[in-house]
Amino acid sequence: MKLTKRLFLGLAAGSALATLPLSALAEGWQPRRPIDFTIMAGPGGGADQIARFVQSVAEANDLTNRPLVPTNRGGGSGAEALLHLKDARDPDHTLMVTLNSFYTTPIRQEGLGVDIEAFTPITMMGVDPFVLWVHKDSGITTFEQFVERVKEMDGGFVMGGTGSGQEDSIVIAYMAGAYDLKIKYIPYDGGGAVAKDLAGQQIMATVNNPAEAKGFYEAGDFVPLLAFSDERMEAYPDVPTMKEKGHDFSYYNQRALVGAPGMSEEAAAYYREVFGKVYESDEWQKYLVSESLSPLPMDEAQTRAYWATQVQNHRDLLAKIAN
Amino acid sequence: MEILSFLADGVLLALLPINLFLIVIGVTVGLFIGAMPGLGSVNGVAILLPITFLVPPSSAIIFLAAIYYGAMYGGAISSVTLGIPGASTAVATTFDGRPLALKGRASLALVTAALASFVGGTVANIFFTLFAPLLASLALSFGPPEIFALMLLAFATFVGLGGDDIPKTVFSICFGLVLASVGFDTISGEPRLVLFDIPGFLRGIGFIVLAIGVYGIGEMLWTIEQTRGEITSMNPKMTVKGMVEDAREAARLGWRGTTIGSILGFFVGVLPAAGATPGSLMSYGVAKMMSRNPQDYGNGTPDGVAAPEAANNSASTGAMLPMLTLGIPGSPTTAILLGGMVIWGLTPGPRLFVDESEFVWGLIGSFYISNVAALVINLAFIPLFIWMLRMPFTILSPLIFVLSIVGGFAASHSMHDLWLIVIFGIGAFFMRKFDYPLAPAVLAIVLGPIAEPTLRQSLLLSSGDPTIFFTRPIAGPITVIAIVLILLPALKLFRRNRAVVHS
Amino acid sequence: MRQGEISLAGLLALFSLYLMWKATDLPIGYIRGQGPGGGFWPFWLSLGMLLSCLVIAWNWWRGKTPASRSDEPLMDGFGWRTVVLVGGGVAAFVALISVVSMYGAIAIFLFYYLRFLGRHSWLLTLGLALILPIGLFFFFEGAMQISMPQGMTFTQPFFDVMYDIIY
Repeated sequence: MKLTKRLFLGLAAGSALATLPLSALAEGWQPRRPIDFTIMAGPGGGADQIARFVQSVAEANDLTNRPLVPTNRGGGSGAEALLHLKDARDPDHTLMVTLNSFYTTPIRQEGLGVDIEAFTPITMMGVDPFVLWVHKDSGITTFEQFVERVKEMDGGFVMGGTGSGQEDSIVIAYMAGAYDLKIKYIPYDGGGAVAKDLAGQQIMATVNNPAEAKGFYEAGDFVPLLAFSDERMEAYPDVPTMKEKGHDFSYYNQRALVGAPGMSEEAAAYYREVFGKVYESDEWQKYLVSESLSPLPMDEAQTRAYWATQVQNHRDLLAKIAN
Repeated sequence: MEILSFLADGVLLALLPINLFLIVIGVTVGLFIGAMPGLGSVNGVAILLPITFLVPPSSAIIFLAAIYYGAMYGGAISSVTLGIPGASTAVATTFDGRPLALKGRASLALVTAALASFVGGTVANIFFTLFAPLLASLALSFGPPEIFALMLLAFATFVGLGGDDIPKTVFSICFGLVLASVGFDTISGEPRLVLFDIPGFLRGIGFIVLAIGVYGIGEMLWTIEQTRGEITSMNPKMTVKGMVEDAREAARLGWRGTTIGSILGFFVGVLPAAGATPGSLMSYGVAKMMSRNPQDYGNGTPDGVAAPEAANNSASTGAMLPMLTLGIPGSPTTAILLGGMVIWGLTPGPRLFVDESEFVWGLIGSFYISNVAALVINLAFIPLFIWMLRMPFTILSPLIFVLSIVGGFAASHSMHDLWLIVIFGIGAFFMRKFDYPLAPAVLAIVLGPIAEPTLRQSLLLSSGDPTIFFTRPIAGPITVIAIVLILLPALKLFRRNRAVVHS
Repeated sequence: MRQGEISLAGLLALFSLYLMWKATDLPIGYIRGQGPGGGFWPFWLSLGMLLSCLVIAWNWWRGKTPASRSDEPLMDGFGWRTVVLVGGGVAAFVALISVVSMYGAIAIFLFYYLRFLGRHSWLLTLGLALILPIGLFFFFEGAMQISMPQGMTFTQPFFDVMYDIIY
C-alpha cells in the first residue's frame, strides 16, 4: 500500500506543478470538473443539433478548461432532464440546453414538482420560428387556399407533428381555433420524421422549424404558406405572418442555456462569459442566418421576466387546447 | 458511366494520404469502441465531432464514417467473446456467435463476422452507388402503415426462434413489448406505466439495459452456477494457419446467410424508421427459414453469424442514404453525422447530390476504402480478442461484470438503469433456470418502440379502420406475407397434433 | 424444481396484474375514429402475459415440463452460495457506486471477486484491482468524455486531482 500512496502523492505533486500556470492566470471561478451539458431532447432533433454545435464551437476555440459533456436526457418530454437539473449534485457544473418543453412539461406534469423559476439563466442563443408547410403536389400556394382546402375536407385533412402538447401542436391548435378548422393530427417522435412523411405525402401539411424543412424547400418539394414569427423572415420574404392575417399570435422555440437551480453567482458569471463568446463567434452568427434563427439577446433580469411571461402564455395556450 | 467517373474521383479523394490516415485511425478507434458493451458508434462519432473542425469537411465526414464502420465491425466482437450484444444491431449475432465461442470456435465466429460484414458492406456500397436517388423515393413511400407491416414481418420471421415451451415464449414476447411501452406515450403526450411511480422510469427501459441484464449478468450467473465456476470448453487456439482455415470454413458455411443478409439488410436499412436492427434480425430469421438445417441455428452455425453481421453492415450503409438524400437520420449515429454536416455548412437533402457532388462522392468512395480497411484491421486484431478468452474464467467473469456495469452506465447515464440491470440480471437467471427463453423479450423491446407508434399513427390516419394495412399497395402484400408466416408454424403444429391423434 | 416452477409463474402473474392495473391510467379501449388509446398496448399485452402464466400453471399441473416433474431442489448448497456470493457481489458493487464512486466500486468489487471467489494471488488481485479502474478512468473520462458517478463528497478531491492531470 505504501507504494500506491507514494505514487498518488507523486502524481498529485506533478499535476499541481503542471496546472500552476493555468490557475495563476485564471481570474475568478473556473470549472474544476467536466461540465454536465444536458440536452432536453433525444439525439437527432433541433435541440440536439444546436447543443452539439455549441459544444463544438466552445471546444474548437478552447473556451473552457474542462470539457462540456453532452448527454441526451429527453425522457418524458424533457421531464428527465428537468429532474436531473433540479436534483443536480453539483449545480456549478450542470447546464442544460432547452426548448419549449422547459415551460410546457412542468405545467403538464405537475407531479414532477419542478419550478423553472429556480433555474439559473445563462444565455439565450436564439429563438426558432415556426412555418406552415405543404407539399408542392398539393397545389396549395397561399394560406387562404389552405384554409379553404381544410374546410372542404371536413376533418379529413391530415397534419403531422411531434405530439400533443409539443410546440407545433400548440401552433396548430391555435390556428385551428382561429379559423375554425378540423384537422386530423398525427404525432411523430421527431421533427425529422415529420418532414420525411410530408415529403412522402403521407401527411398533407406540417408546422416545422425552417431548419428541419430547409433541404426539401430548396429542392422545391415544400411550399411555405405562413410564418408564426413577429415579422416576415429574411429567408422567406414572400411568406406572410400570422400577425398580418390579423391574429396577434407568434410562436418561437427557444434555444437557451440554463444552469441548475442553486448555481453560484461566480459560476453563472463564468458560463455567461463563455457562452457569450460562443454567441458572438462567427460560427454561431452564420448558423443563426443559415438555419433562420432569430437572435434575442437578454441579460439575466430580462430572461427571468421573459420566463415568467412564457410560463403564463403556455399556461393559457395549454388550457385552451385542453378545452 | 458518369457514375463511375464520379466514383473514381471519390475513391481517389479517399486515398489522399490525410484521408487514408484518418480512415485507418477512425476504423481502429471505432472497432474498440464498438467492442465495448454499452458503447457504440454513436459515442465514437459524438466525441470526435469537435475534432473534425480541424480538417476540411470532406476529410471530417470520411473520418466519422470510418468510425461508424469500425464500430459496426466491433459490435460482433463483444457478442461473440463476452456474449453481450454491445449494440442492438448485434443481438442476433449472439444467437450463434456465443455457442460457437463456447465450443472453442470463437475465431471461426469472428472471422465469419468479419468476412460477412465486408461482403455486406460492399454489396450495400454498390447498391448505394448505382441506385441512390431511386432508393430515396422508395424510402419516402414507406409511411407508418408500411413500417408497421414491416415490423409484423420481422416478428413473423422470429416465430420459430423461441424454445419449445410455447406459453413461456409467448410470455417472453409480451413481456418485452410491455417493457418497451414504459415511460412516455408520444401519441397522447402522457407519462405511462411509470412503475411504482419511480421517476427513473420516465425515460423508459432501453434495449441496452435489458440486454446487459439478461446476457451480461443473468447468463453469466447461469454459466457460473451450471459449470461450478470451472469452464474448460472455451479453449481457443489461434494460429495464422487456423485463421486461413476458418476463413475457408466461413466462406463454405456462411455464404447463404451472407447473401441474404447483404440484400435484405440494405433494403430494410434504407427505410428511415426501421434501420439496422430490424434488418439484422429479419436476415437471421429468413436465413434460418431458408436453411436446410434450421435446427443448427442457435447451436452455433457460421450461417447464423454471417446473416445478421452481413445485414447490419449493409443496413448501416443503407441508413446513410436517407440521411444524405433526404436529410433524415435513420439512427442516432447518422443524426450526429447530420449535425456535423450542418456544422460544416452543408445542407443534407435532395439537393446535396447536385450541389456538393464532390463531397458526396468523396464520402461514398471512403465507404469502399473504409470497408477494406475495417476488414484488414479487424482480422489483425482477432488474435487479441481470442487471447482475452484464454484468461482463466475467474478473471474473465469479474471483468465481464465490470464491463457490463460501466458500459451500462455509459449508455444510459443513470443509476436507476444500473439497478434495473441488476434486477433484470437476477430475474433472468431464475427465468433461465425454468427454461423461459429470453431472446424474444430482447427482440421485442427493440421492435416494440417502432411497432406501437406506427400502429397507432396508421389507425389515426385511417380514422380507426384496420383495413388500412391491407389496402395500401406496399403495406398490403407485406402484411399478408407476415400473417401467413405467423400462421404457418401454428398450422404445422395443428397437423402434427392431428397426426399424433390419428396414429 | 416443482415448487419453484409454480412459484415463479405465480410471481410473474402478480407482476402482470400490476402492469395491467398500471396501464389503466390511460384509455385501454379502442377509441372510435382514433384507434387504440394510450393504455391499449400495455394492457392487452400484460393480459397476454397473465394468460401465458395461467397456461404455464396448467402445464405444471399436468406435469408437461421437465421442471414440473422434477423433485430435485432448485439448486444445491453450492449453487445457492455461488448465486448469493456472485449476484450479491454485483448488487453490492452497484450499491457502492454512490458511496465510493464508480472507480472505487470497481476496485473493491475486483478485489473481492479475485481474492475471495477466484482465490488468486495478492499480486494479481491488487494489480488488476488498481490498474483496471485507473485504465477505465483514462478511457472514459479522458478519451470518451463520459463522466462516471463520483460517490459521496469525500471522493471529490481525488477526482479534482485526476481531472487536473487529464485536461
